[in-house]
Amino acid sequence: MSTLKYVVKRLLFMLVTFFIIISLAFILVRLLPNVDAKQFGKDMSLILQRRIRQGLVDANGNKIPIMLQYFNFVKNTLIRFDWGVSEALYIGQDCFKIFLSKLPNTVLVNAYSSIVAVPLGLALGIYAALKKNKWQDHVISTGVMVLVSVPSYVYAFLIQYFLCFKLKLFPLIMEPGTDFFSWPMIRSMLPAVIALALGSIAGYARFTRAELTEVLTSEYLLLARTKGLTRGQTTVRHALRNAMVPIFPSIISEVILVLSGSLIIENIFVVPGIGALYVNSITSLDYNFFLLLSSFYTLIGLAAGIVVDLSYGIIDPRIRMGSRK
Amino acid sequence: MINKNNIPEISAEKFKFVGTDEKIHDQKFETKQVSYFRDAFHRFCKNKGSVVAAIIICILLVYSILVPVLCQTNYTLVPTDTTYLEYGKLLPRSGLFVNMGMNFWDGAGKQTLGEANYNALRAIGQETGHEIIKKVYEVRTDADGKSVYDVRVDSYISNGFTYLTLTEAQYKAIQDWQLETGVQVIYPANADKTVSNANIWYEANKKGVAKLDKEGNFVNNYRTSGGDGDYYSLRVEGDPGIEDPEASGRYRYATVTGDSSSISYKCRVFKYTYFQYRYGEEPTFLFGTNDKGQDIFTRLASGARFSFIFAICIASINLVIGAIYGSIEGYYGGWVDMLMERFSDILSRIPFMVVTTLFQLHLAKKVGVVPSLLFAFVLTGWIGMASTVRMQFYRYKGQEYILAARTLGASDTRLMFKHIFPNSLGTIVTSSVLVIPSVIFSESSLTYLGIINLDSATRTSVGTMLANGRAFLSTFPHIIFFPALFISLLMLSFNLFGNGLRDAFNPALRGSGE
Repeated sequence: MSTLKYVVKRLLFMLVTFFIIISLAFILVRLLPNVDAKQFGKDMSLILQRRIRQGLVDANGNKIPIMLQYFNFVKNTLIRFDWGVSEALYIGQDCFKIFLSKLPNTVLVNAYSSIVAVPLGLALGIYAALKKNKWQDHVISTGVMVLVSVPSYVYAFLIQYFLCFKLKLFPLIMEPGTDFFSWPMIRSMLPAVIALALGSIAGYARFTRAELTEVLTSEYLLLARTKGLTRGQTTVRHALRNAMVPIFPSIISEVILVLSGSLIIENIFVVPGIGALYVNSITSLDYNFFLLLSSFYTLIGLAAGIVVDLSYGIIDPRIRMGSRK
Repeated sequence: MINKNNIPEISAEKFKFVGTDEKIHDQKFETKQVSYFRDAFHRFCKNKGSVVAAIIICILLVYSILVPVLCQTNYTLVPTDTTYLEYGKLLPRSGLFVNMGMNFWDGAGKQTLGEANYNALRAIGQETGHEIIKKVYEVRTDADGKSVYDVRVDSYISNGFTYLTLTEAQYKAIQDWQLETGVQVIYPANADKTVSNANIWYEANKKGVAKLDKEGNFVNNYRTSGGDGDYYSLRVEGDPGIEDPEASGRYRYATVTGDSSSISYKCRVFKYTYFQYRYGEEPTFLFGTNDKGQDIFTRLASGARFSFIFAICIASINLVIGAIYGSIEGYYGGWVDMLMERFSDILSRIPFMVVTTLFQLHLAKKVGVVPSLLFAFVLTGWIGMASTVRMQFYRYKGQEYILAARTLGASDTRLMFKHIFPNSLGTIVTSSVLVIPSVIFSESSLTYLGIINLDSATRTSVGTMLANGRAFLSTFPHIIFFPALFISLLMLSFNLFGNGLRDAFNPALRGSGE
């Protein structure tokens, strides 16, 4: 019962936070001078119509007071789910439709990378922890240190230069199109997937190694060994389970974070995903896109936070989230 | 269990005081006192990796501070002087390796050329007398039966010639300089005025492909028509004017335009020696030049200097705000803590990209790009520091020595900043040092993506250099290599350094984040 109460409380707080952030973002964005619709030529009337329908300007094209705009915005997005049309990037097209069409690219690239990174990272971390202070551990730890420290775009450049350009294993940029499961498409995604995966492999390996080494030195493991369990049995049945308590939530949150793209990696490998869309919307001042994507990223971040906290309780019943002391 | 009754009665007279006439003191320590920071320093020095990292950070710091100050002769510093534009995409070259004659870091790169391009390069070498082809790896024949040359080309020489329009004074100054040093800068013009490629001095077809004579030599096509009374300096080999300044068929070194009041000379100038004339030294760019001809060595240093100063500013502002906020939260606790935590909670949930963009859109025009970026970093950056300080306060505020101090009448501020804060200093120092690399990383990402534009003739950032170099990743990888190397080295050493600091200040945490 208390868990349910806790969940509801967290969800409510999340909604309030989300609302505050988006309201601030909306008001700050709309206080800026509008991008002049006239520069779009024949699409002008269309954009103007949309702005009137969205309640951003009155029938004569003049700005209406910001608070009124804000109420209209809330009404539009909540009730009609209308995020307006693109005013600079894809002139006149519906923002939300474009957003939906870009989402699969990001999700696929991230999903492939997670599928590779999580098992590999865990395996490396476990191996390093079992071989603690031997040469295998030193090699893995050094590699992890390098990969964690070096910015992801640097090894993205290295991958692009050596794998794509010198060895010609992959195309330089991602293939356009929607044929997501064809081999050329997957092959063209691979450089981005590798670049994304390397960092998170290193992250998981480091995390797992730290947790597992701590558990492996604990007394109850010694007891288990004294009782006659083999080393493998103690590791798998006793050490790993406890070590996974802090690791598991981050794996769970990976499922949600798959939705949010890496801005830089998408930029380098020209992945036509939402990360690239976000950057473009900022540089070309497409406010509707900016608001939509900002809301999206904010929501993802908030949701991931909640999922992490809740999954602590699921994986380890001893932890009661939100309980009093 | 000892029963009180079992203790035999001992009369009070049997007890006597010991040493009533001598005063008892604590023994004074014979050893030298070791302060907390000295102790931490000792522990830090035992960690070899962190010491090396600290040294690397120092080297990078010295590089970024000294180079922009000392290299004032940098060819990109004067905004009005656009000569540097002529020296784009030169490869890294170190004078040391050139003198040793090694095929490494000598400003040369491997190229695969067809016959025509190979000849064009050879022509530059032949005319100027410089060694342009450093090495021929292989000459092979491709599928079409044409020769293909795998050669090592000196990019400084193959940069070639350009047409410069000079005033009379400049023209004379170069001629005087030529006579003084014996180095040829101005070369004779091509007889065919329609040829725009300044590298061509030989007979060539319309595409610029050399027409060779039967022995495979170039046939010169220098202009000989018209007078050259204005030229009194060095002449190239084969010029009849060397023997006799009045001889017929002398080569022409300039195309004169304008009347006597505003006369100008259009000359074919060899860029390598022109650089020597302009700047008094041979062009040697340690890290090469970018596509615009800006020296990467000095530019990277100034970008790095900006990053360092910026990150240190933010780390210290965050430290101040976070320390005050976190102290109040942690010290008072209760509803003060609850309210303040909720506030920072909401603030920390705003995606950083959104904050940066909004600040950029609203403030950049009013207060400038850098201050608005600073505000964006500070707006959410202090939260991490505040929660660190808060935890430390919770840890220390219940301890007895605080109770003792409070009993003696110490005020709240005194307790906070004299008694609790110094104890948590180790953790706070560690986390504020680690703010620096994360700020540099975020800043380079933002400038790389072009969301923040810090680029100008005199200022740049590492991220912008990476973004500019990306277009030449496959053709001129050195443009992107050095900024990328710099930032990788910096991040790696800061992480190692931070780990070392953490272990040194909190020995109990040793090895937990490795």
